[in-house]
Amino acid sequence: MTKPALIIALALAAVASLAAGASTYDRFPQPKFETGYEYPVGQYPLPRPGGLQWLDVAVLTGALGAASWLALRARSRPGLFLLGIFSLAYFGFWRKGCLCPVGSMQNVLLAAFRPSEYAAPWPAVLIFALPLFSTLLFGRTFCAAVCPLGAIQDVAIVRPVRVPPWLNRALGLIPYVYLALAALVAAAGAGFLVCRYDPFVGFFRRAGPAWILATGGGLLALGIFVARPYCRYLCPYGVLLGWMSRLSWRHPRITPDECIQCRLCETSCPFGAIRPPSPAPAEPRPARRRRALGLAARIPALLAAGAAAGWLAGEPLARLDERVATTDRLRREDAGLETVAGVRSQTVRAADRSFADLLAESDAVVRFFRRGGAAAGSFLGLVVGLHLVGTALPGRRRDWEPARALCLSCGRCYTYCPREHVRRRRLEGFEVEP
Amino acid sequence: MSEGATSGPAAPETPIGRRRFLRRGAAGLAALAAGGLCAAARRGGQREPALVWQIDPDKCVQCGQCATHCVLNPSAVKCVHAFPVCGYCKRCFGYFQPDAERLTSAAENQLCPTGALRRRHVEGFYYEYTIDEDLCVGCGKCVKGCTMYGNGSLYLQIMGHRCVNCNECAIARSCPADAIQRVRVARPYLLKGRPEAPST
Repeated sequence: MTKPALIIALALAAVASLAAGASTYDRFPQPKFETGYEYPVGQYPLPRPGGLQWLDVAVLTGALGAASWLALRARSRPGLFLLGIFSLAYFGFWRKGCLCPVGSMQNVLLAAFRPSEYAAPWPAVLIFALPLFSTLLFGRTFCAAVCPLGAIQDVAIVRPVRVPPWLNRALGLIPYVYLALAALVAAAGAGFLVCRYDPFVGFFRRAGPAWILATGGGLLALGIFVARPYCRYLCPYGVLLGWMSRLSWRHPRITPDECIQCRLCETSCPFGAIRPPSPAPAEPRPARRRRALGLAARIPALLAAGAAAGWLAGEPLARLDERVATTDRLRREDAGLETVAGVRSQTVRAADRSFADLLAESDAVVRFFRRGGAAAGSFLGLVVGLHLVGTALPGRRRDWEPARALCLSCGRCYTYCPREHVRRRRLEGFEVEP
Repeated sequence: MSEGATSGPAAPETPIGRRRFLRRGAAGLAALAAGGLCAAARRGGQREPALVWQIDPDKCVQCGQCATHCVLNPSAVKCVHAFPVCGYCKRCFGYFQPDAERLTSAAENQLCPTGALRRRHVEGFYYEYTIDEDLCVGCGKCVKGCTMYGNGSLYLQIMGHRCVNCNECAIARSCPADAIQRVRVARPYLLKGRPEAPST
């Protein structure tokens, strides 16, 4: 196309778009009022000021500090309970559950993978990062008394039963799967699964889909007996916190000074996070080492199997993305498999995009899900492999200690320890025999 | 898990030292990983402290799902009116049923299921239409009529004081036209208006 022709074409296109833009507004001309009528002022009430987001960050920081102090220094279960009630009221019922650290994980991933689609504000990033760093310092005190999802379950614990260790261990793998899936879907820009299936946020908003409210009620009812089922067997953020807690600089201990091996704390933990002293190894060290190495040698195979399974699961998982689901639906409608046109496919057809264009976009999403699925699958393979190796490693616990990754730092075990009572009597000024 | 890399101390006199060194190293790596993820999330350079959900009125196709898919009941989406765009029609396509026999405010003539759209005579042939926000359920029936046959002055918008700003907006996900997006909280409304006139 020559240069003048191009300019004319562009000018024509501009006129056409102006005409198209004007036509909807000017089907009926703007009235010329003669009686001095003035347009009413539109009422657009403002949302919560953005600056208040910093207040949330400040409250979160304060609550993390208070929880860590209560768990590590004051060793006060009532204090942690009251702080939990405050967090439930503020982050839950007042702030209506959004934005929470558990969900902010997805904001961070979406912003990291798709900066052109979503740029995370500082408060969202900090809400994600602060509990992680706090846990790296002091253990999962966030879970103890700051997380509103934890707090609402914590008040429901009435008669906790002991979940058999094998079942506890097996169910404890679900959060890894949930984490991998939620991270994949968030990074693909296909939505925030953790927020969509958050069972308790409906209570905070006092509104929500019936099945979500029912699931939340069911989990709370289950939580009467199985303490904090969401935290232990679902929460994907808990996986990250568990890693941080394993490496934490300080961590709450059952006894304030020394363990006298009295076993009184043994059954005090409703989450089954208290571990007995490690038994003497049943097999000699070379045999143990051989077994551990043998298990570690399976990790590459597990990685490969996980990657292959994730790659294969990528295509079905990609249907979670609306772009893929719509293209699929259009194809099915064209093939006569669907008799009623969906709202979305009707809209897409009316929007006059070429099917090839839609298909290219959808294929790009599927490719991302395949690659991401392979990465998520190999991550899960690695997790299983490391768990297996962990079974062969000798324990190093000399006392009754909390399992760091699982301990929610709730402080329920403190008063079961006789040494704690000695400490408290001393604090009251009594002379107590050591 | 990360402790799993070592199995037993090599030199009996420094068992704690090595384990502690490895643990500190792993903790440092974990902190670096978390910090790196946060830095990656800040690549977009968002300056606003918060974002809010808004409907792009030009993309909206009035499918009606805003009324049913919002986590709030009634929905945070309401009909709003760009008065300078309105033709003040006597026969309003947003107010009257298409087959309304008489142009009166009798319920059978009205399109709005809750009677939230109010009609008032201004002068001559001109009538003013206002929305009772408390009655509006955000179904978009009036918006559809006005957009298809009128000037398109009625449109749907997410009301900032009602929206609970879910991290994943349920209507944004169900919107067939992808019309719902996050906007900066400093300019929290996407409003319709005549190009030359300031938005009302």
